[in-house]
Amino acid sequence: METKMIRLTILGGLAATAIAAAAIVVSAPVSAQGPAPAGGFYDLSGEYAPRYHEDQPERIPGPEIADYLGLPISEAARVHGDSWNASILTLPEHQCKPHPADYAPRGPANLRIWKELDTASQRLIAFHTHISWQAPERTIWMDGRPHPPEYAAHTWQGFSTGRFEGDILTVTTTHLKLGWIRRNGIPRSDLATLTEHYYRHGDVLTLVSIIDDPVYLTEPFIRTTNWVADPRQQIAPYPCDAVVEIDRPQGVVPHHLPGTNSFIPEFGTKHGIPIEATRGGAETQYPEYQLKLQSMPKPQK
Amino acid sequence: MRGTEVGHMRGFGLGVWFVLTVVGAVVATGVTPKARAQQNQAPAPADLRVMPVQGSVYMIVGAGGNIALQIGDEGVLLVDTGLAQNADKVVDAIRKLTDKPIRYIINTHVHADHTGGNEAIGTLGSRVAGGNVGAGAGVGAGIIAHENVLNRMSAPTGEQAAAPFSAWPTDTYFTKKKELHVNGEAIIIEHQPAAHTDGDSFVHFRKSDVVSAGDIFVTTTFPILDAQRAGGINGIVAALNRLIDITIPKEKQEAGTYVIPGHGRLCDEADVVEYRDMVTIVRDRIEDLVKKGRTLAQVKAARPTIDYDGRYGATTGFWTTEMFIDAVYNDLSKKK
Repeated sequence: METKMIRLTILGGLAATAIAAAAIVVSAPVSAQGPAPAGGFYDLSGEYAPRYHEDQPERIPGPEIADYLGLPISEAARVHGDSWNASILTLPEHQCKPHPADYAPRGPANLRIWKELDTASQRLIAFHTHISWQAPERTIWMDGRPHPPEYAAHTWQGFSTGRFEGDILTVTTTHLKLGWIRRNGIPRSDLATLTEHYYRHGDVLTLVSIIDDPVYLTEPFIRTTNWVADPRQQIAPYPCDAVVEIDRPQGVVPHHLPGTNSFIPEFGTKHGIPIEATRGGAETQYPEYQLKLQSMPKPQK
Repeated sequence: MRGTEVGHMRGFGLGVWFVLTVVGAVVATGVTPKARAQQNQAPAPADLRVMPVQGSVYMIVGAGGNIALQIGDEGVLLVDTGLAQNADKVVDAIRKLTDKPIRYIINTHVHADHTGGNEAIGTLGSRVAGGNVGAGAGVGAGIIAHENVLNRMSAPTGEQAAAPFSAWPTDTYFTKKKELHVNGEAIIIEHQPAAHTDGDSFVHFRKSDVVSAGDIFVTTTFPILDAQRAGGINGIVAALNRLIDITIPKEKQEAGTYVIPGHGRLCDEADVVEYRDMVTIVRDRIEDLVKKGRTLAQVKAARPTIDYDGRYGATTGFWTTEMFIDAVYNDLSKKK
């Protein structure tokens, strides 16, 4: 069971990598972006229902504490994850944070895409997206505008520009706020760049997302996410009001001091996965790592 | 209306950049988008960038520390003035936006990258004065700061002052806060004790909903503790928590109150929260080691900033990670 789980994780990552690699091959540099063509683009507009067959345990129940397996993280990210205390999410100022652009498709992610056309010229100005959990909305500018200067504000959804490569919509996003790669304390910095490739096969919409983060990743992190067209879908509103859940002195920030997080071995122990493997790193993404796993001691339950 | 304007803004939550370039300008001045766009396209002097923030407030980047600029019928109010050598560029940038007189300068703290332009820019201004204020009182802009800023810039008679007389604050406060009403909006200047220095102020433009935070909050480095001027880590943490109290996000922990940091990019509450979390966590780690009797060398070896070094750390320059750890350790090791 445990070995199967690891294998699925690795194979999932491998599949994602292969698909993404195919997409990357046809990528053009960001600087080559120009206005969208007057016509003939693949219209991705529609309502889409998420499919969770990839990474379901992480995406729906949520990741387990200190499960960093398969993430190409830096030592800094690992320390950040070890320090993370879920109680931080009880702070009012943390409660209403939406998933950022790179994570929103991974959560409860009923998706709507619609296009915006210039009335006079009928040229494509932008695609907009709306996702169900916390209702984040994005605009993907298709009119060739540049990204803002470095001193402009960062947002949860960042600033996105897109271009078509055949029928693949490739999106580049900058100006993201500090976010998360896995919602167990593995961060993604506000210096990261998100590259996405959206494409359809029949009713299936696939997203290949690639995160480059000079702070918390040692290699690009690649994931795939799928939806199925669902024209009858109705996405409900998602308001959020922060409340005081725990009465604390002002300024308390829940976290684990170094060496005090007793939960770190839980994930590996529970699933019989070598603790070293649960610590993640680029190496744990690749199929060769399975051979190494076989020689590692498994924790005793 | 959904489409081009509102749709873009919501879609980006974002549209801070769009808000800045179009909508903010309309709100600020009532000028049509086209006219304002033309004004905004006027290039700022070399190396300076001017960005509308929200309401009547702009942000000038590149003069040293960030400068907040409020423009209205009464004239111009500046929060900080950058380095002395950039004063002419700052004035040029202001003059591309308005020909109104410079009425007030508010200093967030004493450092030269925030007060260096006081003399040159202040001299060009004219404070509204008359009646029993006295003849000549209207010459030059009023310079407002916490009294510790004046204490640091001035010197007793016969001694060499740190700054020229005409750069000194003309109007100081020693209480918790000082209030103004300029250009149709309430402005609260609030002292934050023993934080970056002993003379720090937040400047809150209540109607525009913008706070100029000075160097208590920066996006470029670990917080700078000026221990020689009584700065301290717990003062910075307290001030950041106060900033979170002042700011109110519009929706989903985004936008609403905007914060101009002393250095770095435009921010909102969520950015302040992340910075506060970082500073608090690092402070807690070093404090724990101090309580355990660890030496400074041992604290450094424990790498208490490791998860933030890639974002805020530096091994060279005026404020390195090592200097930050030194300052926090020394501050927390003081006999209380």
